[in-house]
Amino acid sequence: MARFVFRRLLSMIPVIIGISFIIFSILALTPGDPAQIILGDGATPEAISELREQMGLNDFFIVRYIRYIAGAVRGDFGLSYRTQLPVLNELLARLPNTLVLALFGVGCAAMVGVPIGIISAVKQYTLIDNATRVFAMVMTAIPAFWLGLMLMLAFALKLRLVPAIGADTWEGFILPSVTLAIGNMAVMIRMTRSTMLEVIREDYIRTALAKGVSRRKVILRHALANALLPIVTTIGINFGLQMGGAMICETVFSIPGLGTLIITSVRQKDIPMVMASVIFVALTISLVTLAMDLIYSFFDPRVRMQNFRKGGARA
Amino acid sequence: MTGELLDIRGLHVVYRTLESDVYAINGLDLSVSEGETLGLVGETGAGKTTTALSILKLLPDRVGFITKGEITLDGVELTKVSEADMQMIRGNTVSMIFQDPMSSLNPVIPVGKQVEEVLTLHRRELSKREIDEQVDSIFGMVGLPPSRKHEYPHQFSGGMKQRIVIAIALSCQPKLLLADEPTTALDVTIQAQVLDMMRDLKEKLRTSMILITHDLGVVAELCDRVAIMYAGEIIEMGSIDDLYGTGDKHPYTEGLFGSLPSLTGDERRLHPIDGLMPDPTSLPQGCKFYERCPKRTGHCEAEAPALNVSGTHSVRCRLFAG
Repeated sequence: MARFVFRRLLSMIPVIIGISFIIFSILALTPGDPAQIILGDGATPEAISELREQMGLNDFFIVRYIRYIAGAVRGDFGLSYRTQLPVLNELLARLPNTLVLALFGVGCAAMVGVPIGIISAVKQYTLIDNATRVFAMVMTAIPAFWLGLMLMLAFALKLRLVPAIGADTWEGFILPSVTLAIGNMAVMIRMTRSTMLEVIREDYIRTALAKGVSRRKVILRHALANALLPIVTTIGINFGLQMGGAMICETVFSIPGLGTLIITSVRQKDIPMVMASVIFVALTISLVTLAMDLIYSFFDPRVRMQNFRKGGARA
Repeated sequence: MTGELLDIRGLHVVYRTLESDVYAINGLDLSVSEGETLGLVGETGAGKTTTALSILKLLPDRVGFITKGEITLDGVELTKVSEADMQMIRGNTVSMIFQDPMSSLNPVIPVGKQVEEVLTLHRRELSKREIDEQVDSIFGMVGLPPSRKHEYPHQFSGGMKQRIVIAIALSCQPKLLLADEPTTALDVTIQAQVLDMMRDLKEKLRTSMILITHDLGVVAELCDRVAIMYAGEIIEMGSIDDLYGTGDKHPYTEGLFGSLPSLTGDERRLHPIDGLMPDPTSLPQGCKFYERCPKRTGHCEAEAPALNVSGTHSVRCRLFAG
């Protein structure tokens, strides 16, 4: 297993390099001079050209990219053009907010959505199932910003149970987490339901029933383990996406997270900040994918054998 | 033969779908004695599997219904038994071998555990150790090394998987085994092995069996009696001699035998039965085989024929009346 993880970590290196190169090229090709941006509109041409020289902006594109990567591997992601502070500090300051939102948003969604999806599948076409499907459809259709505002209106302004905005107290995270959770939950419910419906029609479910296993045990022991792969995938992908920042949710609830950071940095052409954020998001998604693969091999012996070749037969 | 183990009387099964009602079984009478093997033969859609699923009461939820009739197994009237009690019967008194071994085993549970599960459900008095020993001996019985019980289904070949499925079905030594085309999905050499093994085990454990198949050759080899199904009813039933001998048979059965190649005859062509089974959503009023019958008369269309019994042989056809 250690070998598998090591191999997978190694294979992330070209991915990260590729992504950083693409983003670096795009940012280099778009119009707008960083020196001009830093110094503002009133700067003299002399000052601008002096700063360009100082920042190495006159060097060849590839040279600049290699210089950047060389710094990055040593943990130096440069200074933000906007604040002149180290990029990494800003990133790490915002990371906890995003992490909390992603964990709660996806975690709650999975904890509630998966069981509901299972019940919905087992009771297909009953009142419960129909109600669940309508709920999931409505929740998918509702835009996050509207849902966020409505929740804010009801729970913060009318009932005064939680603060409306801000990330200063843990209560401030309740509404944005719920907003994210509801959107993710709808996805989980639909995913779980359709996967379970497929699995409970499999022959081995009938075999289990013919053995005299109770219906509840058939679902929990025989069906769920087989339905988990797609469910784990959905949870992983959603978590990865959420780590890239929930821009709308962060904006509505004024939570300083990665999503708003990326948007602002792109708009202000804060190249070091954009680069660092994008590399960070790519890294997170790669790690989440690796984690999902490890979870797969825990649940499915066929995947396990593929991943860890030698002696994979034993449970 | 010592009394009837299974007795089905006037069974009707309907599949209710959104568009229409499918009349899958229409007044089926069937019995199996202890230790006996009954071959249930018929073309696809005749209701063979539905019959087996009715005995297990595992018809598809909210779709398949037993609308009429009685199923008595070992003195218990199954149509009146609750789901909880039915769970005690399934796998214990009656068990089933399904058609496709490739998909009949749970891919994420080690095969030994899948065998063990039946024993833990129905043999609660056994200790963990005794169950382990039982699993090993069952593996030996179906010709698999017990050392492989920790492996997963995908590590076995099709024939071996079917042996595991058989091991699951026989582990509680059921009185009745429902074998739904147990060899259809296997290649010919493995078919023979599996059938031989089933015959040996059946004799050893004194299990009665309903063998569902298309294969008239398999029936001749394994069964004591044969029932031919058509459009949800039994149209002919008798001993192997009654059906494989030279005596008169139902025109449909004649047709089935006519569609088998003969090794000795010099005829170069087979004689398939023309046409298709009647639409099960709107069955004809009279004889269900009327449309395809080469010997039909005017009466056959209007009036359903009764079952004409003579000795061990019974035929549902007017030609055999009186």
